[in-house]
Amino acid sequence: MPETPLPARKVIPIAVMEVQDDGALYAAHKKIYPRSVRGIFARWRWAMVFLTQLVFYGLPWLEWGQRQAVLFDLGARRFYIFGLVLYPQDLIYLTGLLVVSALALFLFTAVAGRLWCGFTCPQTVYTEIFMWVEHKIEGNRIARMRLDKGSFSAEKLVKKWFKHIVWLGIAMWTGFTFVGYFSPIRELGMDFLQARMGSWEVFWVFFYGLATYGNAGFMREQVCKYMCPYARFQGAMFDRDTLIVSYDTLRGEPRGLHTKGTDARAQGLGDCIDCTLCVQVCPTGIDIREGLQYECIGCGLCIDACNTVMDRMATPRGLIRYATQNSMAGRWTPRQVVRRVLRPRVLFYTGVLTALCIGLLVSLVLRTPLKVDVVRDRASLARIAEGGQLENVYRLQIMNATEQLQRYRIEASGLPGLSVFPIEPVEVEPAQSRWVAVRLQLPYGSASAGSHAVHIDVFSTNGSARVSEKAAFLVPR
Amino acid sequence: MSDFISGFWSYYVIVLSLASILGCGLLLWLTARGQTSSGADNTTGHVWDEDLREANNPMPRWWVGLFVLTIVYSLGYLVAYPGLGSYKGELGWSTEQEYAQDIASANREQEPIYAAYTAMPAERVAGEPKAMAIGERLFLNNCAQCHGSDARGSKGFPNLTDSDWLHGGSPEAISASIHKGRTGMMPPMAAAVGTPDDVKNLANYVLSLSDSPHDSLRAGLGKTKFNACAACHGVGGVGNQALGAPNLSDKVWLHGYGQEAIISIINTGKTNQMPAQQGRLTDAQIHVLTSYVWGLSSKPAAR
Repeated sequence: MPETPLPARKVIPIAVMEVQDDGALYAAHKKIYPRSVRGIFARWRWAMVFLTQLVFYGLPWLEWGQRQAVLFDLGARRFYIFGLVLYPQDLIYLTGLLVVSALALFLFTAVAGRLWCGFTCPQTVYTEIFMWVEHKIEGNRIARMRLDKGSFSAEKLVKKWFKHIVWLGIAMWTGFTFVGYFSPIRELGMDFLQARMGSWEVFWVFFYGLATYGNAGFMREQVCKYMCPYARFQGAMFDRDTLIVSYDTLRGEPRGLHTKGTDARAQGLGDCIDCTLCVQVCPTGIDIREGLQYECIGCGLCIDACNTVMDRMATPRGLIRYATQNSMAGRWTPRQVVRRVLRPRVLFYTGVLTALCIGLLVSLVLRTPLKVDVVRDRASLARIAEGGQLENVYRLQIMNATEQLQRYRIEASGLPGLSVFPIEPVEVEPAQSRWVAVRLQLPYGSASAGSHAVHIDVFSTNGSARVSEKAAFLVPR
Repeated sequence: MSDFISGFWSYYVIVLSLASILGCGLLLWLTARGQTSSGADNTTGHVWDEDLREANNPMPRWWVGLFVLTIVYSLGYLVAYPGLGSYKGELGWSTEQEYAQDIASANREQEPIYAAYTAMPAERVAGEPKAMAIGERLFLNNCAQCHGSDARGSKGFPNLTDSDWLHGGSPEAISASIHKGRTGMMPPMAAAVGTPDDVKNLANYVLSLSDSPHDSLRAGLGKTKFNACAACHGVGGVGNQALGAPNLSDKVWLHGYGQEAIISIINTGKTNQMPAQQGRLTDAQIHVLTSYVWGLSSKPAAR
């Protein structure tokens, strides 16, 4: 088998749709009724649903000492993440997190396509939860289609009402949890019970809750198809060695019903029996046999569906499988596919991602829980203090990023004979910042006229932190 | 719209806004009617970069609904809020009004915090660490621009941490200074004093009042000339807080130290002003600020 990849010219493998003949320029929404399916990918999807939702719903309830473990206090501009207290000035960590997320997306997409979309994206995860509710209340695919087509009846009314109430319940709980990351969730719960939640809290609970209800209940795949930018640029990041959900055309075609007792091979038929189960289970309603399409979120449910059919037909699994375009074209063995996964692009993403993760962790661990801003006093350039000392005034903003009361000693260096006032340590409350007026004095005539670089050093008296900030000491002519 | 002198511009903006919105609607309507031609493969027939084709897939209908919604929203917005030229909008909303409301609601929120301190004499408020933290912030935001972050002032701006007061250092006097502001005025005195030599002698006498380095011969000659100054600065130059006349017998030199600086002040006089803070700050804020400034040079009363 040849292992050389096909020519480098990239062909966008988009299946062109048939001409829609109804003449309307705007398409009416066709509801998709996905059939439920069992299999390895369905199990993975549910595992990811539980994992992501356990984190999302559970995290705000964890306590750390006397406070919520994860809390983004926008009003006070303090961000608590377990033992960390972050200030708005720590934005670099958020930047780092976003860069890591982006690189991880690039890496996963390069290796196995839209894994994020299929398994962890909130849009698909909540859609899956909502569809599960729908399935439990309205029945399976056939029953749901019949219910929607059927005329108005008491049964339909009850089922629909019940479904929407359950959906709204989940949606509102989601909104409440979301707000609970920004406003202490236990107090928020008490406020809710006593009907005295703040108006903005109510607004955001409803906003996020109704967005969940609308997106997971009604918009569903429309969000992925028409709104989501990530869906598009992930598609653009595929190459011929990316593992994507693929239908093995060579093996499957020509498709057709296999009659019992006859040899399908002898009749010239492929392995596909055209049962259309792969279409019925698809949450975006596409036919994977037409090739890779932009709607495909890479969830792999059609693989599960096809494998159960292949098992029943006693033909090998994998008519639809995760495969690369090169491996399909070259009929590669799995070993050859895996070897191509470790291509320069993937190794580069992995390398940068690992380096960034390590860098981010190290800088978080070695972080000094103290920040100091030095602002020269704008009112006076320099002045003569008692005793013939030349004096400059600064304002220091001392930010205590620990959760204990801290005392800070202020020193200065950079010019001989420099002395600092106040001499006594300055107290700063836990997780608070404080402005302190600091005076530096220099014996008159001990430095030339002009600006001199000095350092103002702030030490916590318990030795936990030390910050040195540059400042200018002005000596007038 | 007060930036525009001519009323024409108001109509110009109205026409432009409405035409744009209606244009959006028209565009939607026109494109929905026409039939776009597409090839047998449902693409527009355009090919870019060798292989990129544009499929002629229809937009979803809900998307059109959203488009219509934005048009309806923008029209509703223009009725409710200012946007159409000089039309004020049905809700009568304005930034000035919102600012005033925000300030009022912030003051209402802070009222209970200040209320406890308003009931206390300034000498006791100065002993409250929380009040002093508020006072420090008020000072840094409103006073430090002139008096310095550490309240020690600089040339022309009095030091508030010493015991030398131009207009009195009692809480009442400080409160009055903050409320109403102060103006200190010394007229040019050269004519009343005499010749430039007389002025130089007088300057040396003024220096001698505080035992600063001076020419004692000239100081002796200048002593009689001080009568012109004593009306405000008092006999012996001890100053007069009722007039805001500085004490010349201490070592505080607000407008410069030494013979040259003093001669210059005698010749040209001096007007120095502190602006009134009443109206910018609430009475409760000024009370806390008074206590803070008073506490910079005085020991707070025991609780």
